[in-house]
Amino acid sequence: MSFDKKTIMHVAHLSNIDLPEDKIGEYTDKLSHVMTFIETLNEVDIEGIEPMTSVLDLELPLRKDEVTEGNIVTDILLNAPEKNDDYFVVPKIIE
Amino acid sequence: MTALTDLSLTDAQRLLKNGDISAVELVKAYLKAIEDAAILNCYVTICQDKAIEQAKQSDLRLSQGNARPLEGIPIGVKDVFCTKNVETTACSKILKGFIPPYESTVTQKLWDAGAIMLGKLNHDEFAMGSSTEYSCFGPVISPVRKNGETTAHVAGGSSGGSSASVAARLCLAATATDTGGSIRQPASLTGTVGIKPTYGLCSRYGIVAFASSLDQAGIITHTVEDSAAMLTQMVGYDHKDSTSLATTTPEYHTHLSKDVSQLRVGIPKEYTSSDMLPAIQRMWEETADMLAHQGAKIVEVSLPHTHYALPTYYVVALAEASSNLARYDGIRYGNNISNSTQLIQRYRENRAQFGEEVKRRIFLGTFVLSAKYYDAYYIKAQKVRRLIRDDFNTAFEKVDVLLTPTTSGAAFALGEKLDDPVAMYLNDLFTVPVNMAGLPAISFPMGKDSAGLPLGMQLIGKPLGEQTILNTAYFLEDARGKIPKLHPWWLNNTSKGM
Amino acid sequence: MKKKFTIEGDKYIWEAVIGMEVHAQVSSNSKLFSGASTDFGGDPNHHVSLVDVAFPGMLPVINGYCIDQAIRTGLALGAQINLYSVFDRKNYFYPDLPQGYQISQFKYPIVGEGVIQVHNTDEDVFSVGIERIHLEQDAGKNIHDLSPDKSYIDLNRSGVALMEIVTKPDIRSSEQAKSFFSKLRTILRYIGTCDGNMEQGSMRADINISVRRPGDPLGTRCEVKNVNSFRFIGQAIEYEIQRQIGILEDGGHIIQETRLYDTKTGETRSMRGKEEAQDYRYFPDPDLLPLRLSQQHVDELKKGLPELPDDKHERLVHTYGISHYEAAILVEDPKAAIYFEDVAQKSSHKLAISWVIGELFGALNKSKKTIDACPVSTENMASLLSLIDNGTISGRTAKDVFAKMFETGEEPTRIVDREGLQQVSDTSAIEDVIDTIIANNPEKVAQLKEKPKLRGWFIGQIMQQTGGRANPQLVNDLLDTKLAQ
Repeated sequence: MSFDKKTIMHVAHLSNIDLPEDKIGEYTDKLSHVMTFIETLNEVDIEGIEPMTSVLDLELPLRKDEVTEGNIVTDILLNAPEKNDDYFVVPKIIE
Repeated sequence: MTALTDLSLTDAQRLLKNGDISAVELVKAYLKAIEDAAILNCYVTICQDKAIEQAKQSDLRLSQGNARPLEGIPIGVKDVFCTKNVETTACSKILKGFIPPYESTVTQKLWDAGAIMLGKLNHDEFAMGSSTEYSCFGPVISPVRKNGETTAHVAGGSSGGSSASVAARLCLAATATDTGGSIRQPASLTGTVGIKPTYGLCSRYGIVAFASSLDQAGIITHTVEDSAAMLTQMVGYDHKDSTSLATTTPEYHTHLSKDVSQLRVGIPKEYTSSDMLPAIQRMWEETADMLAHQGAKIVEVSLPHTHYALPTYYVVALAEASSNLARYDGIRYGNNISNSTQLIQRYRENRAQFGEEVKRRIFLGTFVLSAKYYDAYYIKAQKVRRLIRDDFNTAFEKVDVLLTPTTSGAAFALGEKLDDPVAMYLNDLFTVPVNMAGLPAISFPMGKDSAGLPLGMQLIGKPLGEQTILNTAYFLEDARGKIPKLHPWWLNNTSKGM
Repeated sequence: MKKKFTIEGDKYIWEAVIGMEVHAQVSSNSKLFSGASTDFGGDPNHHVSLVDVAFPGMLPVINGYCIDQAIRTGLALGAQINLYSVFDRKNYFYPDLPQGYQISQFKYPIVGEGVIQVHNTDEDVFSVGIERIHLEQDAGKNIHDLSPDKSYIDLNRSGVALMEIVTKPDIRSSEQAKSFFSKLRTILRYIGTCDGNMEQGSMRADINISVRRPGDPLGTRCEVKNVNSFRFIGQAIEYEIQRQIGILEDGGHIIQETRLYDTKTGETRSMRGKEEAQDYRYFPDPDLLPLRLSQQHVDELKKGLPELPDDKHERLVHTYGISHYEAAILVEDPKAAIYFEDVAQKSSHKLAISWVIGELFGALNKSKKTIDACPVSTENMASLLSLIDNGTISGRTAKDVFAKMFETGEEPTRIVDREGLQQVSDTSAIEDVIDTIIANNPEKVAQLKEKPKLRGWFIGQIMQQTGGRANPQLVNDLLDTKLAQ
């Protein structure tokens, strides 16, 4: 498939990235090219094959229910561009 | 006498232990070399004071006889490893100024072993790229050039700062990460040694994530022995990483052996292609001959789904990346450039700081995960991934290691492949299948093309087969013979005008 | 028994179809994927780890206790436990979601289908199918009232473990919804997997509501988000049913959407801005591995489950001979039932039930105390009842003694001894009092034949002169004997 303008606008919306109008063409061209490349996967016979998420065949390790972290508010907020009174701050959210 | 920066890591260790050189001397020599090689753009942060302070501590320990395994060894760190109180940017505008209040497990292990951080190394933004041209700090210039030419070449990627800094002798070793070839391809292009261990052997804790199911830390060094010494200190179970392998690992460097007489070496036939450089084809055959000559058995094997590894990789890696990079919004940390009073606009403006390649990958990853296309792309890729892994399992029933070239070509000129993402992706053709299957692999220099650019060979091991590939590379490195020192052309170009 | 639920509109008869997604916070010390505390009400961003704030390179490691609590909850609801489950990422942006995704379970939840029996009224006993239960992370909190143009973010809740319990659309009225929610809460509190504390947000519900004319296929549903009290559940459903019927009877149609319940107006309103169809791009979290459980582990958890409310109800009725009504009151709070049983085992069952449900619960209610903070120990309660039972004190005296016990926590015998409240059961002492009264009131004795009610006057006199401590039964018997002489 080719990446059309609508598709680009949609994924830019989903990923919350500002996309100037004059850049859209470049993205559709390059991504359509990549999609053609990706679609060679259609040649593979995947009948009866289970998807593989991880190469590891391990048990999920479990943590004990203990409080081992916290009370590091200085570290937590150290890099915050906007903060106040131990809170992160963002423009007003309208719900 | 050899310049301090010409020593191998293992040599430096010996001289430090004997008191022939001091850690402070060594660190200062490297800091000077880094300064003189500014044009290569390898380092994005230099930790001068901290490094000298650490070196003094190392000298004290060395003099007191309680030196640790890597005491006083100056190294560079790829800027995706979070380093406590030292800016970590992933070479992205969005993380400029980020000071982690924590240390990655791998680097912590290295500091605990006595290594010294010279600084943070350049790479493709969020480790996405094959040429280190996609960094917000500008491209890395390879210390390697064609014979008699001055055209700037790429040092490979994404760990281009790591490979270039080792090749130009700006550190004894450099940490790196490998998601689809980001350690091995740059090592190959710069004539250095790069090893990516089995998935899960090095903790991912504190490493800026690209694709979680593929990312793995490793090391780039001058020699195989150096890689073995470094890797020994980097691996190990970490309870902070749910995908960490709980396994005991040997001291790789003390178990090194050049005996390959019992080795069964697989040559995957799908890795040959008509457009492969004759020099690479020849090097591949010669390398196999060297092994056969020592009694190793050379076997042709088949990895039938090789051709599909790259498209599979792009679907899987970009899907994961699109989600892993969702946290970068300039709200809790990172660079906020938005004055908007609209929350959504703040997200959109801040996240527009990602470079073009990163944006392309996020868009593509978002697309393949979207409800309508999930089965057609993501699930399909997950299935093909299993087939690729099964191919390797089958091959490893017959052989102990696989031998392939690391890349299908030598280093290319800066800017050459920037306009064609697929051409850039094809750089990783021989390295990507390894990540899909989570296997260990090493790249080491074995030859040169007609213009004198280095070419690397790759050895792929079974899961946890690090010792075997290190040993084989150790033998081949010796059989190959010494590589002449690079001519430091960059020293003439340190003027500020550049 | 099956009851019909219909609502009369202006034009037609309607039926509501309701399903719930209950978010129940797992009672754990630390969060689902980090070692930060789950304590309620900490200073902002103090119960936050590096993982919770989603710093680069931070990785989730799951809390095994939370997994066990989800399994126990599933077992208590008679549900299928899935030995294979997967943690997925649900991708969306919101400031209270630092990772940019919520770790949840989508395709392979840890618990599958189950069922809950609910006793709404004696005429309305119904069952609610459980579709699934999965584990997921809670979000942080956005605070909007600290600044006119900014929102503040506190991540203390971020990453706390939630069980999302999804029902089938088996609920037909707001009353049923409340009864179901209450029953579910009771079960969770019984097994201790969720404290059910609604004020602290430990239990919230998203409610899916649609209406249809009986017999028609399902109508378009609206989801009312984040309703956090019984009263609001009732109001939100009532409002939404009327709103939807109003639209349909006016010839309109319902838009499938997410709505917010406004606690001030009692109305629901559309969540604007969230209307664009979300695409959450679920996929398995590559930082975690699939969760594989052994049947043996599930069996062990099943063995360790406490008695469940329905079983307890039946047993209390049979063992102690109490009524269904009384049993229902006790079963509502597992601690109340334990208290009752403790007392009942050491005293008369009849006295135990009437005193625990009557006096004790009354006093607790009045003083706004919970059974945990009950000042009267079960030992003291039982010994008080024994004092009544063996005639040491009268029931009336016992109420005064109980009031003092509730105030001070003292043993009843000490109060009785100190204040000389023992019932007089000494026959000769009572006879002496009766003799004196008869001797001093010959005219009253003479009138007794015509006015039998005067007998009460004699009893009153006796009780007055014995300070109310005379054994009433004995007084009755002796007075009859003396008067007959």
